[in-house]
Amino acid sequence: MKVIRYDQLQEQLFYERLNNGLGVYILPKKEFNKTYATFTTKYGSVDNCFTPYGKTSMKKVPDGIAHFLEHKLFEKEDGDVFQTFSKQGASANAFTSFTRTAYLFSSTANVEENLETLLDFVQEPYFTEQTVEKEKGIIAQEIRMYDDHPDWRLYFGTIESMYHNHPVKIDIAGTVESISHITKDLLYECYETFYHPSNMLLFITGPVDPLTTLEQIRNNQTKKTFRSPKEIERFRYEEPPHVARKKHVIEMNVQTPKCLVGIKAKHVYAKGKEKLKHECAMGLLLDYLFGKSSPHYEWLYQQGLIDETFMVDYTEESDFGFGLIGGDTSQPDQLAEEIQRILVQFSDIDDEQVERMKRKKIGSFLRSLNSLEYIANQFTRYAFDEMSLFDVVRTLQSLTSDDIKAVARECFMHEQFAVCQVVPKR
Amino acid sequence: MFQEEVKTIGGLRLHVIPTKKYKTNTLVLKMKAPLCEQDITMRALVPYVLQNATERHPSMKAFRTYLDELYGATLQVDLTKKGEHHVITIRMDVANEKFLGDTSALLREALTLFSDMLFRPLTEQGGFSVAIVEQEKRALKQKIQSLFDDKMRYAQHRLIEEMYKGSPYALDVHGKLNDVDTIDAKRLYKHYEHMLKHDEMDLYIVGDVTLTDVEHDVAERFSLEARPLRSIETTTLTKRTNVQEVIEKQDVKQGKLHLGYRTNTTYNDADYNALQVWNGIFGGFAHSKLFMNVREKASLAYYAASRIESHQGMMMVMAGIEPSNYGRSLEIIHAQAEAMRNGQFSDEEIIQTKAVIRNQLLETVDTARGMIEISYHNVIATRQRPLDEWLEGIEKVTREDIVRIGEKIELDTIYFLTEKDGEKQ
Repeated sequence: MKVIRYDQLQEQLFYERLNNGLGVYILPKKEFNKTYATFTTKYGSVDNCFTPYGKTSMKKVPDGIAHFLEHKLFEKEDGDVFQTFSKQGASANAFTSFTRTAYLFSSTANVEENLETLLDFVQEPYFTEQTVEKEKGIIAQEIRMYDDHPDWRLYFGTIESMYHNHPVKIDIAGTVESISHITKDLLYECYETFYHPSNMLLFITGPVDPLTTLEQIRNNQTKKTFRSPKEIERFRYEEPPHVARKKHVIEMNVQTPKCLVGIKAKHVYAKGKEKLKHECAMGLLLDYLFGKSSPHYEWLYQQGLIDETFMVDYTEESDFGFGLIGGDTSQPDQLAEEIQRILVQFSDIDDEQVERMKRKKIGSFLRSLNSLEYIANQFTRYAFDEMSLFDVVRTLQSLTSDDIKAVARECFMHEQFAVCQVVPKR
Repeated sequence: MFQEEVKTIGGLRLHVIPTKKYKTNTLVLKMKAPLCEQDITMRALVPYVLQNATERHPSMKAFRTYLDELYGATLQVDLTKKGEHHVITIRMDVANEKFLGDTSALLREALTLFSDMLFRPLTEQGGFSVAIVEQEKRALKQKIQSLFDDKMRYAQHRLIEEMYKGSPYALDVHGKLNDVDTIDAKRLYKHYEHMLKHDEMDLYIVGDVTLTDVEHDVAERFSLEARPLRSIETTTLTKRTNVQEVIEKQDVKQGKLHLGYRTNTTYNDADYNALQVWNGIFGGFAHSKLFMNVREKASLAYYAASRIESHQGMMMVMAGIEPSNYGRSLEIIHAQAEAMRNGQFSDEEIIQTKAVIRNQLLETVDTARGMIEISYHNVIATRQRPLDEWLEGIEKVTREDIVRIGEKIELDTIYFLTEKDGEKQ
C-alpha cells in the first residue's frame, strides 16, 4: 500500500493495485458523517466498437448499450439492489458518461456491508431476455424526458455539430430505436470485455480506516476468480480536426431561444501531465474571456444578449476535447456572432490577468474539494487518463501567458466553431 | 450532528456553525417576508440588482474582479418559497486561507464585501442605478418566461397554481411578468429600504470559525434595527367535493403527470415525522412503492416519486409517462396510495425507510448548505426540532402513526401535461 500526502491541502491518499488489477484509492475524511464510494469502469458511450473478449475482430454494438448495462446491473435474480442498499441505510446510484460507467453509494452507517454490496452487485451480472425487454420501456421514457428538455437537446446538438465520426456525438442513452436491438447476449459480451477489475477503479472517501477498508476489499476480491487481464482494443474513429457543421437550429416548444457556441479542440493529448496542462490552460482562458469578471461578459449582459444562464465550460477526455459557451438569449444569431468575434479577436493576456485567473481557479478548486462526490468522480476521471486530481493546483500555478496563448492559437478560428440554437417553433 | 451558536445583533440573527469539514467558509443571508402578490416581483428583482455593484465596486466587472482576487469567492442569489414565506438567499463562499499559504483574512474581506452589497449598493438620485435595474428587469422577464421551457418545473408550477388558486402559495417566486415593467429604480430602492427594516434576517457563517471569532466583525458591519417578528397564518385548503383534474396540451413527447395531495400535516406538527416515513414508503426513494410499481413492475416511467412540502402541508407525486398511459399510470398510483391507507406495508418497509431517512438527514449536514437548511426550518416554523430530536422522532414512528397520517392525506388535484391530439408518431 502506498500513501501520498498533500500537505498544503491537508489530505492523505492511500493507494493499492490489487493482484487482479483493480486500482483502489482511499481518501479518509474524518469530519464527515458519510462515506462515499464509487466503483467505475473505463467504459462509456464512446466505446461502441471494439474487439469483444475472446473474439478476434471488431464489433459495433447498439448505441446506448453502456447506459443500458448500467441500468440492468441493478437487477438480480432475487430482486433489486436498491432494496438491499436501502435496508442498509444507504443511498445508491449510477451514471454513464462518454468514457465511464460509475456505480456508487453513500451511507452514514453499515459502510462495510454497503461496500460489500457495491463490489458484489457490479461483479455479479444477471441479465435475462425478460428483464432486458422490461427495461426498454423505462429507458424509452428516460430518452423521451431528454427529448423534451431544451438544454439537453442544445448540448447534444452542439456536440453533434462538432464531430464528423467520433461517437461522442451520439446521445449516451441511444435512441428508442437503437436500444430495441439490445439483447442479453450483447450485454454479457460488453460486460465480459469492460468489467474486468484491471479496467476498473474503486474510490472511497469518508470517515473510514484505510487499512481495514483495504483489507476488506482484498478479501472480497480474493474470494472471486477472474480471468487474466487483457488489453482492450477499441476502434479509433478517424476524426478530421475541423467541425462537421457550422450551424444547426432546433425548433422546439419553448418561449426563450437558446444558443451555444462549441469550440472543437484540434490537439488532444492522450494522457498525463500534458493533457492536464492543456485542459487547465483552456479552462482558464475561457473563464478569462467569458467569466463574470470579464469585460465581455459585462458587455454582453448590458446589450441584453445573455442572462444568468450564460455558461462556459471545457471538457477534455480520452481523445476529444471541446469548449461550450452560451445560454438563454433573445437574440441567438447575434450572440453566436459576438462570441465567435471575441474568440477570434483574442490576442493577448498579460501576466497580471493570468495571476488573477490562477487565484480564482485555485480558490474554486479548493471549493470543489468540499464535495466528496466531486473528489471521487473527478479523481477517477483523471486517473483513467493517467493524471491526478491533486496535481491541478500545481499545474495551474505552472501556467504562463504563453501556454494560454498557445491554446488560443490552436482553437480560436472559425473552422473550429459550431453553433447550435434552440428556437421557438413557428 | 452539528453545533450552532446563535446571537441576535439588533435586527439580525447571526448563526455560526463551526466545522472543520471544508476548505472554504460560507456566508449565507436569508431574508424572509410573507408571500404577497403586491411586492413579490420587486422582491424577486432586489437580490439580482444588489449583486451587480456597490459604491466601492461600481460595476459588474469591478465587483466580480474583486471576487476573483479573493481567490475566486463566489456570490449567488436565489429565491424560494417556504410555506407562505418568500425567502431571498444570498450566498458567498470564500477559500480558507490556511489551505493557500496566504495570510490575508479572506473571511473578513468577504464580510466587508457582503455588507457593502447590502448597505452601500450603487445608487443614484435616491434610487438604485437605473441602468442596472433596467438590465435586471429584462433578465427577470426572461427568467419568468423560461419556466415554460422546462416542462417538469412547468408542470410542478401549474399543479401548485391550480391547487392553490387565489392563495399566496400559488405565486411564482420570481414574481409576475406583467408587473416587471411597472417597477422603476427609485420605487425599487424604496421597497428595498422597507425590506431592510421589516424582513426577518438570518446570517449564517459556516466554516472553521466560532461565534467569538466573527461576532465583532459582524456587529461592526451589519447594523439593522430590531424588528417585531411577523407571524402568518397559512391558508388551509378546504376539502374539495371532487378531485380537480386539469389536462393541458402542448407540443411535448412525454406526458408529465403531477398529483397534489393535502397532507394536513406540517413541520410544526408532532406527527410530521410519521408523514416523512409515510412519504418514504410511498414514493420518496428508489425502494418505495411508486418506484417499484410504476417503474420497475409496469415499466411505465423512468421517474415516479413523491415528495412533501414541509411547511405547506402538501405532497406531490410526479411521473414522466407515455401520453397514452395516463389512465394506467393513475390507476397504479392510486392503488399505491390506497395500499398505504389500508396499512399494506411490511415492517421491513418501515425499518428500511427509517434507515434511509436517517441517512439522508445525516448526509444533508455534511454540506454547509444542508446544515443551514436544517437549521432554517426552525426559523420558518414555530416548533423547534434540533437534528438529534428529529432523528429520534423518526425512530419512534410506529405503524399506527403511519396509518393515522394516511387517514389525513387527501388527493386534491391531478395535473397532466400531455401531447396535442393527433401528434402521435
